[in-house]
Amino acid sequence: MHTLSLKELSAGLAAKKFSSRELTQHYLARIAERDGALNSFVTVTPEIALAQADAADARLAQGDGAPLTGIPLAQKDIFCTEGVRTACGSKMLDKFISPYDATIVRKLHAEAGMVMLGKLNMDEFAMGSSNETSWYGPVKNPWDLGRVPGGSSGGSVACVAAGLAPIATATDTGGSIRQPAAFTNLTGIKPTYGRVSRFGMIAFASSLDQAGVVARSTEDAALVLQAMSGFDPLDSTSIERPVDDLVAGLGASIKGLKIGLPKEYFAEGMSPGVRACVEAAIAQFKALGAEVREISLPNAPLSVPTYYVVAPAEASSNLARFDGVRYGHRSAEARTLEELYKKSRGEGFGAEVQRRIMIGTYVLSHGYYDAYYLQAQKVRKLIYEDFKRAYETVDVILAPTTTDVAFKFGDKSDDPVAMYLNDIYTIAANLAGIPAMSLPCGFSEGLPVGFQLMGNYFDEGRLLQVAHQYQLATDFHRATPKGF
Amino acid sequence: MSLTPEQVQQVAHLARLELQPDKVSAYAQQLSNILAMVDQLTAAKTEGVTPMAHPLGLTQRLRPDVVTETNRRETYQAHAPAVEDGLFLVPKVIE
Amino acid sequence: MSIPAGWEAVIGLEVHCQLLTKTKIFSGASTTYGAAPNTQADGVTLGLPGVLPVLNREAVTYAVKFGLSVDAKIAETCVFARKHYFYPDLPKGYQISQYELPIVEHGHLDIEVDGVAKRIGITRAHLEEDAGKSLHEAFPGFTGIDLNRAGTPLIEIVSEPDIRNSAEAVAYLKKLHQLVVALGVCDGNMQEGSFRCDANVSVRRGPDAPFGTRTETKNINSFRYVQQAIDYEIERQIEVIEAGGKIHQETRLFNPDTGETRAMRSKENANDYRYFPDPDLLPVVVTEADKERIRASMPELPTAKKARFESQYGLSPYDANLLTSETALADYYETVVKLSGAEAKSCANWVTGDLLASLNKSGKAIEDSPISATQLAGLVARIADKTISGKIAKDVFEAMLAGEGDADSIIKAKGLVQITDEGAIAAAIAAIIAANPQQVADYRGGKDKLFGFFVGQAMKATQGKANPDALNRLLKEMLAG
Repeated sequence: MHTLSLKELSAGLAAKKFSSRELTQHYLARIAERDGALNSFVTVTPEIALAQADAADARLAQGDGAPLTGIPLAQKDIFCTEGVRTACGSKMLDKFISPYDATIVRKLHAEAGMVMLGKLNMDEFAMGSSNETSWYGPVKNPWDLGRVPGGSSGGSVACVAAGLAPIATATDTGGSIRQPAAFTNLTGIKPTYGRVSRFGMIAFASSLDQAGVVARSTEDAALVLQAMSGFDPLDSTSIERPVDDLVAGLGASIKGLKIGLPKEYFAEGMSPGVRACVEAAIAQFKALGAEVREISLPNAPLSVPTYYVVAPAEASSNLARFDGVRYGHRSAEARTLEELYKKSRGEGFGAEVQRRIMIGTYVLSHGYYDAYYLQAQKVRKLIYEDFKRAYETVDVILAPTTTDVAFKFGDKSDDPVAMYLNDIYTIAANLAGIPAMSLPCGFSEGLPVGFQLMGNYFDEGRLLQVAHQYQLATDFHRATPKGF
Repeated sequence: MSLTPEQVQQVAHLARLELQPDKVSAYAQQLSNILAMVDQLTAAKTEGVTPMAHPLGLTQRLRPDVVTETNRRETYQAHAPAVEDGLFLVPKVIE
Repeated sequence: MSIPAGWEAVIGLEVHCQLLTKTKIFSGASTTYGAAPNTQADGVTLGLPGVLPVLNREAVTYAVKFGLSVDAKIAETCVFARKHYFYPDLPKGYQISQYELPIVEHGHLDIEVDGVAKRIGITRAHLEEDAGKSLHEAFPGFTGIDLNRAGTPLIEIVSEPDIRNSAEAVAYLKKLHQLVVALGVCDGNMQEGSFRCDANVSVRRGPDAPFGTRTETKNINSFRYVQQAIDYEIERQIEVIEAGGKIHQETRLFNPDTGETRAMRSKENANDYRYFPDPDLLPVVVTEADKERIRASMPELPTAKKARFESQYGLSPYDANLLTSETALADYYETVVKLSGAEAKSCANWVTGDLLASLNKSGKAIEDSPISATQLAGLVARIADKTISGKIAKDVFEAMLAGEGDADSIIKAKGLVQITDEGAIAAAIAAIIAANPQQVADYRGGKDKLFGFFVGQAMKATQGKANPDALNRLLKEMLAG
């Protein structure tokens, strides 16, 4: 059952080949058997899952099911789930039982009728590119247990790649959906900023954070993204604009599609294995009738430094609320108010989170604001303008997702800057707020390689169509890791 | 731009983080490396560029002034670190 | 207090004015005062992980109303910024405020002290959220935090440092208070903290000297305390400097029991608030059309009303000022004028005289007056139509105050209707002339002063009910023989 697509699962449920309860039990059993090796779940919620499965079966029996009703899904532990621990990979929130549901949790479970299997491991507060910063320990890559799954959505990709959940939610602030998807042979999409509500998604960098999905195919991703998307009055940055039918348009041909290749992304830095796979993908698109041309995004090389001002600045502010007063970790050693703050935060946050809080605090502090924060906001504008210009001549932009395949544990964890450069190809889309996705395009040294498609604002539908057409012509996304 | 261990301590104080004393110099080195990378920004030509705070050029939506929330104190305080008589407790503050 | 010769004080006031919205500035939690602790602290107020702010339309409207009322510039685009500091009654570790682009800028308020007019500049007024409350006395060794107040919308109104002494400060504050209450944007309740003042005070050696270092005295919650705190601070600073010391830029607290200020221990004096635009909120746009719509919904403001009272009702500036000091009082007065059909000036005399005096005595507000405007109009009308005399009216007023009913029923029950029947008055006069031959002779012999004696006798005979005009005229005629 765990190799079926969402469409097949939906058909199976509708035809009563299996019930949602059976399907859910199947996945719960797989999690129990296999997740010990991966550490992708931090909380498994069998009781909730079975209750939701029974409710879904009842809905299906009455004939009022939605296309996703009864299909299991796992939630990244960054989304607040009422009555369930929502820890965001941090000791700070290890005992935090959320008193409310995130908007996407409500949409996917209460409305669409999906079944929540549990909460997924992630880098602490989504700060990381390897899942090594989680308080709950690293997640392993099912393709090679000695390697990282990428981050911060490491639990999301590991569980889907290993068939422990048919699909999972994820979030992307600088590449946290796309980079791990590339490392685990999955399809991951981050929609336009504002497309999916951020209400109930624990904030890392508010102007960059965006929720999405990681899936085994574009079609699966489209189905769930459709159910997650839409205007939310509880999020001031949510877009008041109808969502296109993301599934209906998948079948259209891409003949004549204009694809831009930003020369800055192909200049250097890519490993030969990755380059070969991405070039093969370009050739495939040409074969499908797309027109490919070189474009320039001249400010793209400044994405990483811009991001490492904007994201830590916002993070230092967003994480100020974790002070041990109303919820979360409180130090047992604190005798004064100042100790309460310093010890609770010193004990509750891991090293990477502390580093980013300090960088963010520093760049916002008196005398440095203009040189760092304001300058970064200006460069951000230049990056945005690069994209706007590019979309005057092309429909989508194609680029590598990562410079190389998944790296080994410990390879970069002592060198923050080397770790940050992992996101060199993915960050620009977050700074501009455009939709972007990663999809499989081959293997190098036996490890998956992904490539990236970036679309114009609100153009998720086209991105998914292009990706789907590619996946109709290729089989890379069908490969699964041995042993799972 | 590089940070001294003293500057790291000042920033940590501003952010209310207690750092392990033996970690301060490592932090100073790492933060300095990050700032050195970030310093590439200074070379960018940004005269006349409007800073971009949001990805979309939208404006703030306004909410009607209608009560939508009910008292959920019990739920909200169920897992609070220290509560008495409905108040959150902290070590005594001297104003 | 007079400031010693050779010194000048420079004062700027920051007023935090809670807006009278039903809900918080960024969430749908109620703002009702006095609820049990933390029962109005919803997820957004508590700063739970993942929650987001959405701006209350009414808060924006109220801020714009205020801005228009002080002739300020309303920003076409204003931006919310985060102001960071750690304090337990500030749940998110930052306050959502406005920094570089506030909603209101460059206004002014005209005040008057001892008959001298002065214009006080208003630098800016920005929207922000209030903090919660820290209760230091409830538990030994602990401070209790109640976040009900957190997230209540405020406008912080910042004056230019145009104020030179505590009397001007109090005049400015009273005028501001009157204004925000009249606008209906604030309930003005200083005891409950709806209208709070921080005073920035410095001293210098004369008007041409550079500004001195200022101190900020926080949260002063009555007009009298503002006067005391400023006077204390001026005196203290002059003493320190004259003794060769220096003033430190610091935050101070006012102690109402001693009338003194002291430096706060808990506030860092080198705050670095790390302001930056709040990424959870987008720029707020107020269009010309919005402004016009809001302007049209504004009530008449105290200054305009005062001018109108002078021209329309022919009142003195003093009476007009007094009657327009509160919207409810002005409304009361205008009701009396309208319903009584009497002369506006005599209506003013009744309201500012007998009525306000009785309210003052009983400590009641105009809203709680035992005599309604309709009832007072009934009384004034009976004077105007000469049913009763002014003198009798005083007795009727007292009876109304005692709750004996409205004017007509009291006049009827007590038989106080004025005697206008000239025949009856003439008969009473004839009897008096007959009973006092000696006085009549003396009067006719030139002792004019005796006229008062006859008036008294006649009033006595008619139990004060004789129409004074008729009585005077008839008495003169009949005494003349």
